[in-house]
Amino acid sequence: MYDPTVARLTYRALLGRRRAAILFVLPVLLVVIAVAVRAFAGADDDVASGVLGGFAIATMVPLIGVIAGTGAIGPEIDDGSIVYLLAKPVKRPTIIFTKLIVAIAVTMLFSALPTFVAGMILNGNGGQIAVAYTIAALVASIAYSALFLLLGTVSRHAVVFGLVYALVWEALFGSLVPGARTLSVQQWSLSVAEKVAGDGLVTSDVGLPLATILLVGVTVAATWYAGQKLRALKLAGEE
Amino acid sequence: MSTETGTVTGSDTSRIHNIGYRSYDGVRPGRAYARRSLFSQSLRGSFGLGRSAKSKVLPMLLCGVMCMVALILVAVAMATPNMTKLPIEYTAFAIYLQAVIGLFIASQAPQSVSRDLRFKSVPLYFSRPIERLDYVIAKLAAMASALLILTGLPLVILYVGALLAKFDFAEQTKGFGQGMVSVALLSVLFAGLGLVVAALTPRRGFGVAAVIAVLTITYGAVSTVQAIAWETGSTGAITWLGLFSPITLVDGVQTAFLGASSAFPGGEGPGAAAGVAYLIVVLALVAGSYAVLMRRYRKVGL
Repeated sequence: MYDPTVARLTYRALLGRRRAAILFVLPVLLVVIAVAVRAFAGADDDVASGVLGGFAIATMVPLIGVIAGTGAIGPEIDDGSIVYLLAKPVKRPTIIFTKLIVAIAVTMLFSALPTFVAGMILNGNGGQIAVAYTIAALVASIAYSALFLLLGTVSRHAVVFGLVYALVWEALFGSLVPGARTLSVQQWSLSVAEKVAGDGLVTSDVGLPLATILLVGVTVAATWYAGQKLRALKLAGEE
Repeated sequence: MSTETGTVTGSDTSRIHNIGYRSYDGVRPGRAYARRSLFSQSLRGSFGLGRSAKSKVLPMLLCGVMCMVALILVAVAMATPNMTKLPIEYTAFAIYLQAVIGLFIASQAPQSVSRDLRFKSVPLYFSRPIERLDYVIAKLAAMASALLILTGLPLVILYVGALLAKFDFAEQTKGFGQGMVSVALLSVLFAGLGLVVAALTPRRGFGVAAVIAVLTITYGAVSTVQAIAWETGSTGAITWLGLFSPITLVDGVQTAFLGASSAFPGGEGPGAAAGVAYLIVVLALVAGSYAVLMRRYRKVGL
């Protein structure tokens, strides 16, 4: 199910040249903010939770997920070079699975690690906050990668749709319509974090069992469907 | 102009036949015409006009959302008895719907410039009688006009609605004018930033992500730090933190000069003195993005 050559090519596509720049800028920004906040406000559990929840989990993880998830397959489909990969005797689901693993690894590296570092800077893991948000970032990385990888195979405008989901659905509708929060990767991952963090510092609107089922379900279903999509991929010309 | 076919006699072995090719003697519209064409094509392209049906969906949808929200606000204002003004200030509208504006510029700026780079059509543009200056100006003006249409149209709807509801004419006109100035500033600023980021990559998808990252990440970072500064009571810092993201810059300028109430935590917008700094930063960003674009197109490829 895992093809090292495909993985190597995907890593190079994801981390090569300018694409890597944006992946590096976001975590650096998070750490800079963490340092600045610590210097201004001192160590405080609520503030730490606010920064990690408001900036890291709500903005940074989805964005990195969009870039890594769609970037793992989107450009290849876009410029048509995917045909050279599809022409090789590698199973299409294997290609998807490998690309998913790479996307997850990249998203985790660039979102969970800086989240942990920022958490440690903010309050030295007081109330298990750093660990809780790191776990949320890890869990969210998996679901986002699978979801956005699927989008990359379905649409040429995957990045736009991914951003619409991340910004409009999760941020805007999520804050206005309570029901929308049930269908949000962010809330599912937060419910896992809620379990880890002490005394109500992290809150989620979704129960842990439901969140786990939805997380696993979405990841598996998205990966499976992306594999199916790739089996019958139609290369369209640029409009 | 001779059109008849004939032969020109040379030596006996070689002979040139005049087979009647004509040189062009029609009108040559020139540089200004090329620039106008590029402008109108780019402007139409931002809304998907003259492109495939699929590429019309997103810009039209975003434009529809903006107008729909304005219509709903007008309907609320008319239906509620004893209203003397709109439920929202003209200047606050763009700030509330910044996500929609961000998505519009993020999806349309790359389609305006990245595809020219990707399909290497930039050299073809420059084989026409246009200069680097014309290309940059036309693209910038087209993007800014598209944004102005997107943000100005709902304000016009609000204004017409307010007049139909017989709200105070002078007050509404003043608010509408201030709102239009503010969205014009926002359009030019966002167009400049969006095009600079988009012009750096031939990949449309990556361009979209990069533009949205510049807009939302800076806003996310600034508003998070502002909220913390508000909680810890350092209200002076809130004003200056707003300098670091495009939408808070616009917010600051309109709070200082255009009678808007700030969306900063606690309404701690800049006063006139700090507002000058905001205005200088905005103008510097616009001039800077123009300069970067001019530099960018000194070399046609990447």
